[in-house]
Amino acid sequence: MPDERGAAGSPSRVLLLGGTSEIGLEILAALHLSPDTEVLLAGRDEQRMAAAGKELGTRVRTLRFDATALDTHPALIDEAFAGGDVDLVISAAGILTAQQTLDRDPLAAGLLVETNFTGHVSTLLAAAGRMRAQGHGTIVVLSSIAAIRPRKANFVYGAAKSGLDAFGRGLADSLHGTGVRVLLVRPGFVIGRMTAGMPPAPLSTTPAAVGAAVAARLRRAGGTSPGGVVWVPPALAPVAAVFQLLPRPLWRRLPR
Amino acid sequence: MGAVAQRESGRLLTGWGRTTPSRARVVGPLSVGQLRALVADRPAGGVLARGAGRSCGDAAQNAGGVVLDPVTAPHIDLDADAATVRVSASTSFADLLTRIVPEGLLPPVLPGTRHLTVGGAVAADVHGKNQRSDGSLGRWIEEIELLDGTGEVRRLTPGGDPDGFRATVGGMGLTGIILGATIRLVRIRSAQMLASTRRRPDLDALLTALDESRDRYSVAWIDTTATGRSFGRGVVAVGDHLADPDPAAEPGGLAYRPGRAHRAPRLPVCPVTAWSAREFNGLHFRSAAQEDSELTDLATFFHRLDALDGWNRALGPRGFVEYQCVVPEDAPGVIAQILEAAQQRRCAPFLGTLKRFGPGTGGYLSFPMAGWSVAIAMPAGNRRIGPMLDDLDLRVAAAGGRVYLAGDSRLRSSACAAMYPGLPRWRAAASRLDPSGVFRSDLGQRLGLRRAPETSCATTSGRRHAG
Repeated sequence: MPDERGAAGSPSRVLLLGGTSEIGLEILAALHLSPDTEVLLAGRDEQRMAAAGKELGTRVRTLRFDATALDTHPALIDEAFAGGDVDLVISAAGILTAQQTLDRDPLAAGLLVETNFTGHVSTLLAAAGRMRAQGHGTIVVLSSIAAIRPRKANFVYGAAKSGLDAFGRGLADSLHGTGVRVLLVRPGFVIGRMTAGMPPAPLSTTPAAVGAAVAARLRRAGGTSPGGVVWVPPALAPVAAVFQLLPRPLWRRLPR
Repeated sequence: MGAVAQRESGRLLTGWGRTTPSRARVVGPLSVGQLRALVADRPAGGVLARGAGRSCGDAAQNAGGVVLDPVTAPHIDLDADAATVRVSASTSFADLLTRIVPEGLLPPVLPGTRHLTVGGAVAADVHGKNQRSDGSLGRWIEEIELLDGTGEVRRLTPGGDPDGFRATVGGMGLTGIILGATIRLVRIRSAQMLASTRRRPDLDALLTALDESRDRYSVAWIDTTATGRSFGRGVVAVGDHLADPDPAAEPGGLAYRPGRAHRAPRLPVCPVTAWSAREFNGLHFRSAAQEDSELTDLATFFHRLDALDGWNRALGPRGFVEYQCVVPEDAPGVIAQILEAAQQRRCAPFLGTLKRFGPGTGGYLSFPMAGWSVAIAMPAGNRRIGPMLDDLDLRVAAAGGRVYLAGDSRLRSSACAAMYPGLPRWRAAASRLDPSGVFRSDLGQRLGLRRAPETSCATTSGRRHAG
């Protein structure tokens, strides 16, 4: 395999779950994959995936993937691994809906949780089983600063990310010693398509910056330690620690 | 297969650099019959024979498949009169030396550690400090016993099946399971070495000293951290066997007796930084004498690093990366570029060696070729290493050189194809010896060694290629 292998080679097969995810595609771009790499883009929007695939300069195949159609996930993973070992899985499916909208539409909130959490669990567990058997591989899970503590302005999204973050950490530990690593990515506010129209928070970042940070970590030699956590920007790590220490009455009063 | 199933266990394997773990089912030692059954079974994930696990990268790993470790029981069959020895694959050089040195015989090629197995040494076509004068191990092999992918035990000789022989010597274990080899030995009259060291103040002087050396064994330690006027300074170490026994130094006759190795501590962090690498290298250079000669034993001369057992573990949990390449005689400039790049990116190269190579032995994937071989080791975990080495690969390939596969964990398949012009012929031979692709390694997968060329050079397309 590639990525974290000693200042490492390049992955030869990559699966991006959430095939039009800005961050996911930026990670792929930042990896500077060689032309004979096969990238599997799994998503709903065939056209956008085809357009994104052209930019990559690698072999690209698109797979139909609906994060909320849980019963289709085992077949999707089977299809992805049917063509050979997958060295890198990036789990990037995600949506963001304003909390006020979710307050009025609980069903939409349920779908958000399915997309941002449940769908990751059902795909990644299937992928982890395959990777365990192949004896190597890396799984990148896109968590968020929002996973650290639920904010009233964004708590459904935060709750889903919180679940995903916990799942990612547990998955990493369960895969220890199997040759498979899990890299948990916790970006701050990402200025991009998903947050269009929202005022950026302090220490905000961009999809390209997240992509570069993840690619750099993937290309770094890893040794035998399992995955790890990448904060983007790195200064968020101490900020998050402070967040967790704030008294709840104070936390509640934060404007956003 | 019952015996095989019983002895197998899942294990996370890495190379000596400890950078790129992958998990495999580990079995062995097995009898030839059991190995045949295993190959006939074509287990998912393939089969790979592992030697001593001393290659730095992923050459001796096979993710999700079967790894034979050890392959066979150690066995040494010496014909002292003919000065040849038939050795089973999993016999170590340490065992071989202990057995044959008292007979006044020596393997013609001694790699830098006595822990290598003979099978691994054949698969990597290893070289020693005498590569320039004596070539690599492949030149001295009379016969290789290979269990191929069809379950047949072949006896490959340079004359009988030159194609299979050249594919297997240096073939990284991907043409079959090497069961043993018959090696021609050289006669020595003493187990003592007359060794000299010469300190050289810069790269030009170091290269000149190596180039002009007419000693049988020669190697240079290079200070990878020195800059400015001292850039590329180092110490040339040369030597040869004593022409006659030295009764004072070896009263009991010839013997190979390495001193007891110290166990290296397992350190929680890597002690090597750009600063400490510079201090240690500087200290080592200054402590070397300008000109010095002494009598040493074989172990001290050939296997100095073996004095610290498990030294790779002292480099922290992230391990280290080795970059060893050879460039043609007319391109020593690439050596300076490699040193400069590692210094500029603050990659903390802590160990560098330089050798003058003579012609290679004709193995399709063999590393040695006439020119200059340089190896640097640096702690892994530095994100600048990857892009830096990718860039150096291009320079090495453009100069007509190549990177040593036995040390590699990161080369790209396109760079590999450019560096190894023998790859298409190797591929054809490997397909003949292993038509169904039973033999597999992480290295082979990563570099697409067995992949058909039309697939490996495919570019942008919306469709997956068959195979």
